[in-house]
Amino acid sequence: MTEHLPALIVVVPLLTSFLIFALGWLKKDLCFPVGLFGLAVAASSCMGLLLRVMRWGPVTYKLGGWEAPWGIVYVVDTLNGMVLAAVAFSALIQWIWSGPSVKRHFQDRLGALYGLQMLFVTGLLGMTVTGDAFNLYVLLEIASITAYALIAMGPERASLSSLNYVFMGTLGACFYLLGVGYLYIMTGTLNMADLARLITGLHGSRAIQVAFIITMVGLWLKMAFFPLHGWLPNAYTHAPYPISGLIAPLMTKVMVYVMIRIDLNVFGPVYSFEKMGLEKAVMWLAVLAVIMGSIMALAQKDLKRMLTYVILIEVGYMVGGFWLGNKSGMTGALLHLLNDVFMTLCAFLAVGNLLYRLPGCSFPELKGAFSKMPFTMGALVATALSIVGVPPTCGFFSKWYLLLGALEAEHYGFLAALIFSSLVGVVLFFRVFEWAFFSTQEHEEGEHHLSHTFQEAPVQMVVPVLLVAGGLVVLGVFSGEIVSGIVEPVIPLTFS
Amino acid sequence: MEDALQLIISKYNYWIYITLMMIGLWGVIAKNNLVKKIVGMSIFQTAIILFFVSMGMKKGATIPILLHGHAAHSSPHAAEYINPLPHVLMLTAIVVAVSTLGVALALAVKVYRRYGTLEEDEILEQIRKS
Repeated sequence: MTEHLPALIVVVPLLTSFLIFALGWLKKDLCFPVGLFGLAVAASSCMGLLLRVMRWGPVTYKLGGWEAPWGIVYVVDTLNGMVLAAVAFSALIQWIWSGPSVKRHFQDRLGALYGLQMLFVTGLLGMTVTGDAFNLYVLLEIASITAYALIAMGPERASLSSLNYVFMGTLGACFYLLGVGYLYIMTGTLNMADLARLITGLHGSRAIQVAFIITMVGLWLKMAFFPLHGWLPNAYTHAPYPISGLIAPLMTKVMVYVMIRIDLNVFGPVYSFEKMGLEKAVMWLAVLAVIMGSIMALAQKDLKRMLTYVILIEVGYMVGGFWLGNKSGMTGALLHLLNDVFMTLCAFLAVGNLLYRLPGCSFPELKGAFSKMPFTMGALVATALSIVGVPPTCGFFSKWYLLLGALEAEHYGFLAALIFSSLVGVVLFFRVFEWAFFSTQEHEEGEHHLSHTFQEAPVQMVVPVLLVAGGLVVLGVFSGEIVSGIVEPVIPLTFS
Repeated sequence: MEDALQLIISKYNYWIYITLMMIGLWGVIAKNNLVKKIVGMSIFQTAIILFFVSMGMKKGATIPILLHGHAAHSSPHAAEYINPLPHVLMLTAIVVAVSTLGVALALAVKVYRRYGTLEEDEILEQIRKS
């Protein structure tokens, strides 16, 4: 049984999503428990696989028994084992959390929403687990197309924002596909391990150079790296709040993982960092991403929209940390990848709780939130501490490694950007908490707009948020073990 | 000049796909009408499909079907057969392109129902006013 775990990770959510589509017509009440079961199976398979990989080294699974360069293989090492576990668990937590809000807003299209949600998770898990460059493209499009549809289910401007996302997302995926085409012309293979082997002999080739640049641009478009970020804030802000808790933490992070995977395991660290000579340019783009993201976040007056800009900052951290090209920077980037999944998850779930009770989450509307929804706001405070980087939370440790990496590489621009964005983070969240905490007394007598519905969200929504908030501290406490057990084995030897 | 002409003629398939791709990119970025943008996106995807299909092609080669008896004792010459793999990959890519197109058109219908127009500047004008 255990040798089929890599296949189960993709097959179970895929079949569950079809089952949910069918149940949407036949018996709506079953959609939620069936999906819960499917995700629980996927999450436990991911966890089992991660433990197995940590103990016995990478696992290769041949789909249908076809040998590597011809068939599709799934390859799991600790890097994507970690991403798989993070994706599956946050999807599971989000599924439980979204129950009440989906029932309230999407009762008429329960099957469609849950089915798409499950298909989206399938795409992400498949993209993470696959060891085949073209297979990755197909699963990327599965995840993207479901994301377009899910975002478009939102109110008001959602369909226009989603359409813009369709244009940019399709261009990104097409660029990636084009890069894969160039690689295929030069090597005649699509298997990642095989590509890596053949590319070592082709380092001088102009076509490989073009393939590298095109693939990177495509992936940067997908992960909303600074100059290519235009689609993200609108799409994530206008997405329905039960869904943004799923899409916002996972999509960009998985794309960062894909970039790391392609750079390290297809082109190889020697080619990516020494032969291409792109790292200076990319580093300055990352610095710009962090600084511009911070400034744009400061200009926002809506909590959810502000958090979308925080995602842009975090993408800048991860890309920058990775391209620093030293061990500390890469450790920081990989650790931040894991931490940021849960930080963003916690933030968007907390925002979802607020939106469950409030008509919107612009700052004035948050008045009195601390007294009415103490648990949700407590979780938001934990997230804020983690995003800023306060010690017991996980955000501190990854930021520490990033700072070390920037110092070692003597890249003071990135160092300054990291410190600047942390300071901006303090201002950002302090503003939010000021509205939510201090403004309550002055306005309470005069304005009775706070109706009796403004109270703590249902237990099913509060417990997951608190769980993730606690997880932020747990991840922080165990970050030493995570670094030595999961992150260090995948850092290439050239960076020691 | 001679060399440049030679380069264009001998690699004409690449020139065609690049031209198409740029037309598509221009459509997505510069056009104001949402449906025209969608058309541009579709052209862009088709250009990449053509690129993949053309790279499997070989001069004087035939479809990759082994007739019985032919392959029994001697291994087939790869140069005699078109490489079918890129074509098979593109079957998947066509499905992806069609579903993206479908989602995009459905979204365009939704946008039209809400704003009563498909011109992007008019929609943005309406959003700004509200």
